[in-house]
Order: sequence, then structure tokens, then C-alpha cells
Amino acid sequence: MTDVLSAPLVVEFPFTRSLGPVQSAFLTGLREQTVLGVRTAAGKVLVPPVEYDPETSAELSELAEVGATGTVTTWAWNHEPRRGQPLDTPFAWVLVRLDGADTALLHALDVPGPDAVHTGMRVRIRWAAERAGAITDIACFEPAADDGAPLAAATPHSGAFEDPLTGVTLPARLDYTYTPGRATTSYLNGLKERRLIGERCPVCEKVYIPPRGACPTDGVATAEKVEVGPSGTVTTYAIVNIKAKNLDVEVPYVYAHVAMDGAGLPLHGRIGGIPYDQVRMGMRVEPVWKDGNDYPDHYRPTGEPDADYDMYKEQL
Amino acid sequence: MPSYARDVAVVAFAQSDHKRHTDEQSEVEMLMPVLHQVLAATGLKTGDIDFTCSGSSDYLAGRAFSFTMALDGVGAWPPISESHVEMDGAWALYEAWVKIQTGEADTALVYSYGKSSPGSVRDVLTRQLDPYYVAPLWPDAPALAALQAQALIDAGEADEKALAGVASRSRAAAAGNPHAQLRGERPQGDYAVQPLRTGDLPPVTDGAAAVILAADDTARRLCERPAWIRGIDHRIEAHSLGVRDLTDSPSTRQAAERAGAFERPVDTAELHAPFSSQELVLRKALGLDDSVSVNPSGGALAANPIMAAGLIRIGEVAARIHRGESARALAHATSGPCLQQNLVAVLEGQEGEASR
Repeated sequence: MTDVLSAPLVVEFPFTRSLGPVQSAFLTGLREQTVLGVRTAAGKVLVPPVEYDPETSAELSELAEVGATGTVTTWAWNHEPRRGQPLDTPFAWVLVRLDGADTALLHALDVPGPDAVHTGMRVRIRWAAERAGAITDIACFEPAADDGAPLAAATPHSGAFEDPLTGVTLPARLDYTYTPGRATTSYLNGLKERRLIGERCPVCEKVYIPPRGACPTDGVATAEKVEVGPSGTVTTYAIVNIKAKNLDVEVPYVYAHVAMDGAGLPLHGRIGGIPYDQVRMGMRVEPVWKDGNDYPDHYRPTGEPDADYDMYKEQL
Repeated sequence: MPSYARDVAVVAFAQSDHKRHTDEQSEVEMLMPVLHQVLAATGLKTGDIDFTCSGSSDYLAGRAFSFTMALDGVGAWPPISESHVEMDGAWALYEAWVKIQTGEADTALVYSYGKSSPGSVRDVLTRQLDPYYVAPLWPDAPALAALQAQALIDAGEADEKALAGVASRSRAAAAGNPHAQLRGERPQGDYAVQPLRTGDLPPVTDGAAAVILAADDTARRLCERPAWIRGIDHRIEAHSLGVRDLTDSPSTRQAAERAGAFERPVDTAELHAPFSSQELVLRKALGLDDSVSVNPSGGALAANPIMAAGLIRIGEVAARIHRGESARALAHATSGPCLQQNLVAVLEGQEGEASR
């Protein structure tokens, strides 16, 4: 067992989402320091508002403004804030029922420690200095005085604001330490030595390259390593006329499937060292490695006679 | 008991040894031995299986289309009849069960796997939350479970001692489960997110599981003592956390009702409760008393391969029925924050009406 390769992998995926009328009013309202809920037929005010009644599935549209103060309905103490969370100092997660609302909103509460938070505690919104129309326009909650006064009821609101939001872009990022597993590690280690190493299925004897660890026909592990090449055959190709971003290759060029000798399925790569309009099926080629790259830069003709169609038709 | 067109049974179950890391294996490499084991238990080959259904999520390991590569381990070429859900394998089992009920299949292979080690599962799971109101705050699963636990404490339905009791019993039970990751009791540790301590949280796990379903005479042929699915149903809560009563699980209760769970007592229940506090919610919703053996495998607190931990609950009770250790058992699977979605299956050693 050779050492398993690993590498950092960052996946970033900003979602651009459109907003319906209810979400648009709520998020635009946050930008304007106004918290809106939506009233159901039964008279409940849902904050944050949803577009369909969770109990009856009726479409909801009757907006109502609720208070910026509210009551903690449950809490949890987060002593180690994580990336992206509302505060970078220890804080309490809270569900807060804002005055006038019948449901609770999730957010952070800025208090010095777990002894400073309890269910039933009165809190108020601390607005972010810069607001764009997002749940993070509420920076967090902070403690509010409990004066025992009756809670204000929700008041009707048109939901109309100047320059309403119609969509939001929500960034996300996840970090991984990627390990490719046994078969791919073996393949990548071979590439470092400029060798193309596949794996043979013990049942059907097909040689898979790159190996992924299993034969999709027989559902068994491929274990026997098989070096393929050093030459191969163009099985099919396409002429590329559109220049790809960040690719320092003049168009037109040929991108081809290349069945390396001894391999059961083709690799793919660019064909160089020959004018694009002279590339043909059956042409014999070999990989060209460049210093600094641990994969074939391209494939070039070997000058051997073309392979007979019957020799590679199974790999088309 | 609910009435179905066909009697369908779990005839085989296999699972991996669950681990914190499986760096040396890709997902298909981790899964394949489990597939071979479950097929070997029935003597079936891939080609004998009428329908294959899997559950997994590419977000866990950050590998796009990993489920298509996992299919290589089944031997899916030439193309087989198959489907995939981005859900726990328990829901893949549900789809396969429906497929068999339609008469389109007599046998089904169901598998699922989760490789959480490459990423940070606490961050990954935030991405399943409401993208407008909740996900931008990045609340991790332990934080949301802790809100639920505090709600239970406020309601007088739990205290830290009760939570610790669930954690310690689960891991003590797992001492007898060779596949479990945390075998034997361990200290509750410091607060992870108060009121939950590290001991109240599930381990981060890589693992896989597989089940074979079969109908009627096929089941009887493949298994000496099939675990007949006498009822199965799944239900979901409203998606907004602040709308729900976090101390209860009406969706679990409703699924259990529709699966016939309350018609007669069960002797065993495998509950998919990744956090200790959630077992208390589920016990209440399902009306389980001390006469029921709950999570004799150790449950998700002892091994939590996300996307497979629910399917394993069904597999564990089926295996007990296969071994003659249970006559009637309940299996529960969950998905989403704070027991958002719940599936309940009732399995028995005795056959249903359709056979008699």
C-alpha cells in the first residue's frame, strides 16, 4: 500500500435565487429596518414569512409588521463560533419570537456567557451598519429591558418599498481534504513517473484506465496493475474551433480519444505535431510529456502505419 | 395492519466497519465489499436483481457525481434498472419497496454510503437549510440540535443526566456491535454546543450499508426467516424551525400510525437519533416504554455514516428478525435538522395477509 495522496479542495458555489413577493418584502424590509411577517387565514403571524401556510398550504400574501424586540423561545451556547456565523465571539444561538409574531426566527444573541441567556428573555435586534436585503442585515440580537409592558401586536403593512429586491446571490464555500482512494492514487503515482498504469478486471480482463477501482460490468475490484502504451491509436476525434479560456493553444486543434496499446478504453487528449486536417481515425500516436506537468501534454504521431479499424472498433 | 398488494421482506443486510477516516478508499472502494457481502448472503448476482436504488450526497466528500462511480461497484453495465435519492438510504429502500409493490420488480438492491471525513460535516450540513433565512447564518447541526435539547429541558422533559444516560447506554450497547465506531462507554466531555456535550453528539463517520428486498415466494426462497415489512411510511415537518414544536415529532407519530406501529407492541426499536436528545423526542412520539429494547446496535451515537445511518436502522432490526432475536420491531430513519423528516417501518418475522 503506497501512501494515499491528498490535496485541499475548495468548492464554491454562489446561488442566484429569485424572490417571490413575500420573501422580497421581508428581505427588502430588513434592509429598511422593518421586520415583516405574513398572516395566515387562522390569524397567525409567521416570522420569518413563508409563501404558503404550513398548516393549510393556502397561498399567503397579507403582510404585517412586527416589533424589533422579542422573546427567546429556546437557546444554545456556542463557545466556538465557526466561519460564516453571525458573530466571531462566543454567542448564543436563539429562536426569537418577535413581538406580534406567533413563530420564531433563528439568529445569534450577543451576550457575554451562557449565564446571561435564558428562555423567556427579552431581546432586540441589533441592525447591521450596512444592509443589503439579507437575513444578515440583522447583525444579531442583544438583551433588551423587560419592562413588563404588554407586547405590541402586528400591524398591517403593504410590503411596498422603494427599489425592492427581486433576487439574491448567496455565496457558499466548503473546504475539503480530498483523497482519491487506492486506484486513482496508483494511477496518479504512475503519471509522476510518466507511466500510464491501468487495472485489469479479474473477471472480464478488460484493462481500465484511469482505473476507478471497480469494473462496471462485473462489479468487482480491479487489482492487477497493467502499464499500457507506449503508443496508442486515435479512435475518434473532433476539431476544436473555439478557444477555451486560459488555454494557451491555437485553434483549430484536434481533441481525440486515444486507445493506448493494451488498454480497454480510450484516454482523451490533444493531438499535436501534425496539421489538424491530417488527423484521422486509426492514426498511431504517443504521449508527449512536458517538464512540470504530471500528465501527457498532448499526443503526437509515431509515424507507424495506421491501425486497422478492427483493432480499435471495440473502443469507439 | 396496513394492507399492501405484496408482502415484501428484507432478506439480507450488510454494513461496513464504520470509521472516522477511510483515506485509502474512494467511495466505491468503501462500498463494494458491502455490496458483495449482501449479494453473497442471498446467492444472487447483480444480474438477478430487478431494481437497484441508492442514497448518498456528493456534498459529504465533495466529489461530484460520486453516486455514478459508486454504481461501478454494482456492475451497472450494460445498464441496469436503477435510481438514486439524495437522501438517506432508508428513503431509497422506500422507493424500492414501492417499485416492488407495483409489480415491476420482485427483488431490489438498496445501498447507501457516506464519506464525511474529507470535509467538515458541520459546515456541509448547513447547506441543506433554508437558503434565504437560515443557511446564511451557517448554523451547524449540533447547534440546531442543542436548541431542540434546551427546549426539552425548558419543558421539563429532559435534563443533562437524561441525555448522558442515552449516550452511555447507546455506546455500552455498541460494545457488542463489531461494526460500530464508538464501542463502549466514554465520558460525556465538555460542552460542544450547550446544553449538548461532545458525548451527546454522533461521531463523524465513513461507512456504507446495503439491503436486499424481495417479494413473496422469492423472499421465502432467499431467506430462511425473512423480515417482512408490515408497514412503512414517511412524513415531514414544516420546514421553518420556528414554526415547529421542537419537543415533539408529530411526523414520526403519523408515519408510525400509518405503518401500523401502534396496533401491537414491538419488542425492539432502532431509532435514528444522531443526538442523544432526539432519542427522547422519538421515544415520546412512538410511545416506547422500557419493555422495548431501543438501539441494541448502539444507534447513530455509536456510528453515524450520514446517508446510511437510517438504512442501517432498518437493516439492524431485520438482522435481528433473521437471527430469531426479534418477532416484531420498529425501525426509524430521519433526515434534516432537528428530526425534520421521519420514516418508520414495522418489520415482523410473521408473514402478512397477502401471503395467507
